[in-house]
Amino acid sequence: MISLTPQMMSSSFVTVVRFLLLIIAVLALVEITLYTLFHRRPKNLLLGLLALVVTVALGYVFVRRIWPSPAIVQSTKVIYGVAMLLADVGFYWLITRERLSRLGIAYLLLAPAFIGISGLVIYPFAYNVYLAFTNMAMTTIRTYTFSLQNGLNNFRAVFTGVVAHDATFWQVLGRSIAWTVINVVFHVAGGMGLALLLNRKMRFRGIYRTLLVFPWAIPQTIACMALRNEFNFQYGFPNVILRTIGLKPIPWLTDGFWAFVAVVISNVWLGIPFMMVILLGGLQSISSEYYEAAEIDGASGWQQFRHITIPLLRPVTTPSIILGAVWTFNALNVIFLITNGNPQEKTDILVSSLYKAAFDFYRYGFAAAFALVIFAFLFLFSLIYVRASGGLKAAYE
Amino acid sequence: MDWHTFFHRTRGDSGFKRLLIHVILIAACIVAIYPILRIFTISIRPGDKLLSTDLSIIPKNATLNSYRQVLFGDPATKRKSDFFLWLWNSLLITLTTACIGVILASSAAYAFSRFKFPGRSPGLIFLLTTQMIPAGMLLLPLYMMLTRLKLINTYLGLIIAYSVTSVPFTIWILKGYFDTIPPDLEEAAMIDGTSRLGAFYRVILPLSTPSLAVAFLFNFTSGWSEYLVARVVLQKAAMYTWPLGIFTYAGQYTLAAGRFAAASMLLAVPSMALFLYSSKWLVSGLTLGGVKG
Repeated sequence: MISLTPQMMSSSFVTVVRFLLLIIAVLALVEITLYTLFHRRPKNLLLGLLALVVTVALGYVFVRRIWPSPAIVQSTKVIYGVAMLLADVGFYWLITRERLSRLGIAYLLLAPAFIGISGLVIYPFAYNVYLAFTNMAMTTIRTYTFSLQNGLNNFRAVFTGVVAHDATFWQVLGRSIAWTVINVVFHVAGGMGLALLLNRKMRFRGIYRTLLVFPWAIPQTIACMALRNEFNFQYGFPNVILRTIGLKPIPWLTDGFWAFVAVVISNVWLGIPFMMVILLGGLQSISSEYYEAAEIDGASGWQQFRHITIPLLRPVTTPSIILGAVWTFNALNVIFLITNGNPQEKTDILVSSLYKAAFDFYRYGFAAAFALVIFAFLFLFSLIYVRASGGLKAAYE
Repeated sequence: MDWHTFFHRTRGDSGFKRLLIHVILIAACIVAIYPILRIFTISIRPGDKLLSTDLSIIPKNATLNSYRQVLFGDPATKRKSDFFLWLWNSLLITLTTACIGVILASSAAYAFSRFKFPGRSPGLIFLLTTQMIPAGMLLLPLYMMLTRLKLINTYLGLIIAYSVTSVPFTIWILKGYFDTIPPDLEEAAMIDGTSRLGAFYRVILPLSTPSLAVAFLFNFTSGWSEYLVARVVLQKAAMYTWPLGIFTYAGQYTLAAGRFAAASMLLAVPSMALFLYSSKWLVSGLTLGGVKG
């Protein structure tokens, strides 16, 4: 147990501020370089040469510090050198074009985020692909090798072996799909039901709305840990209530089926408010004139819902269902904190198995291959959904 | 008013229907808040009754002892309080992440919103794709990277790991806002003699203060209660953020249950207040960014 002292506060504060200042300084340097290049388009070679030196030097430092294997640096130095040179020549050629230099300012604005994202997303992603073709694990952390054969072994292990300790890939895949579908259906149905009830003039409307948002507002970590305790066989409130009304208590965390029910209930409870709020926003933007006209034409409540509400809500529902499905599919937190996949990994979904394979079983190469497979599935799903619904096109135009 | 217009204009519900709606909503509210009330109940239970099958919300012999233990430690066992340490770590990390997110994202979002440059739509699709990357997929390579840079068990390591998800999404949110500001405003400013960048800093940024606040808040809340990434990056107890800290309480079943509940209440109440206060803007930010683009 360590308690906070003023010395610790000041030293940690200084570390973080220094880090922030460093980031700002590096960004400023990059921006100044780019600005001179774009706006005083260098007719002289001096600035171009300077840019070359800076990129090569930065790239070298990067390779020396972060590149995974020291062994591989030797063989890639040449490739790296050629790539940097090509990139520089291309860059120089680009900025001397008249048309593009007018857009220079856009690239100038993008540069900081681009540097950040390439370091934080693109590089780790590429490194993940590299890892998938190694046999890296806890025992081979220094002696691992990179080869096509290793990669094939990893991918074969994903599809034929166990993914963590007990469950196979296909079992976990099936459960992930069931998990996502059940959750999203309940989220949308529950959220829509509550939104329809709230979308009218009534007393206490604001109070209801606020109280119903609570499961979303409470930090998820706290909610999950608290719910795990509540699924305790003896003292958790669901079982206490069941006993009081004379039913048999349920073995929530020790039986595979009931454990899955427990995590689904928890995630439904956590996810309904988001859908409710989004759908309520959508409902309120639908003009009441449509309903008045429909009523004059004699449409029933269900017909109004079917032919007015659903079509007009589509711009809201399509993206939020995609987002909700992706979030649910990736809802590692809930599984991990409530059951941790137990008993016997009967509640694991793909992402929680992946987390276990990497950080509990230290099968790094395997986990990297597994991650690529999951990403492929998710990407395919989104692609199909977007194609099928024709949605999202408006989102990026 | 004749009966015909009365009937059609008001769309009033019958008394029974209204009663039914209230009953359903009250039931839903109970389901929504009861598990949270339970945390409160356990937090004020006396030490010898922490585990009990009692369902009442205010238990008998209610006490604030658990809160005292969390805040000031336990003199009986010489256990010092580490609550403030966790809080400080969490605050430092999430505030810095939010700052970095907003700084990096705002200028990029402006570029995406106002310029038609080559690479714009692939860039936007790429930003969306990053949201599909499974949690934990980038965690492994990031973990290796941070180990190599000797950033495991440091604030910077976790700040870097959190920025992975926050930067792309923040760009997406802010672009949605910038799109709603008419470009005439900057054009007018530029006619008056300021540069493009000047227009961005003097016109757009001040106009979008609310949206910047939303983006900041969004980044803050997404890192604030994060557990799994923190568990991988921070392994030393002195570096723990509060989710890691209260998990050490939640892991023990008996005596710590009260401390866990009390610490949870202390953290949940301000977090929820902040969330409820800002949720209106958060939601409009999400839908604006996602739907209208």
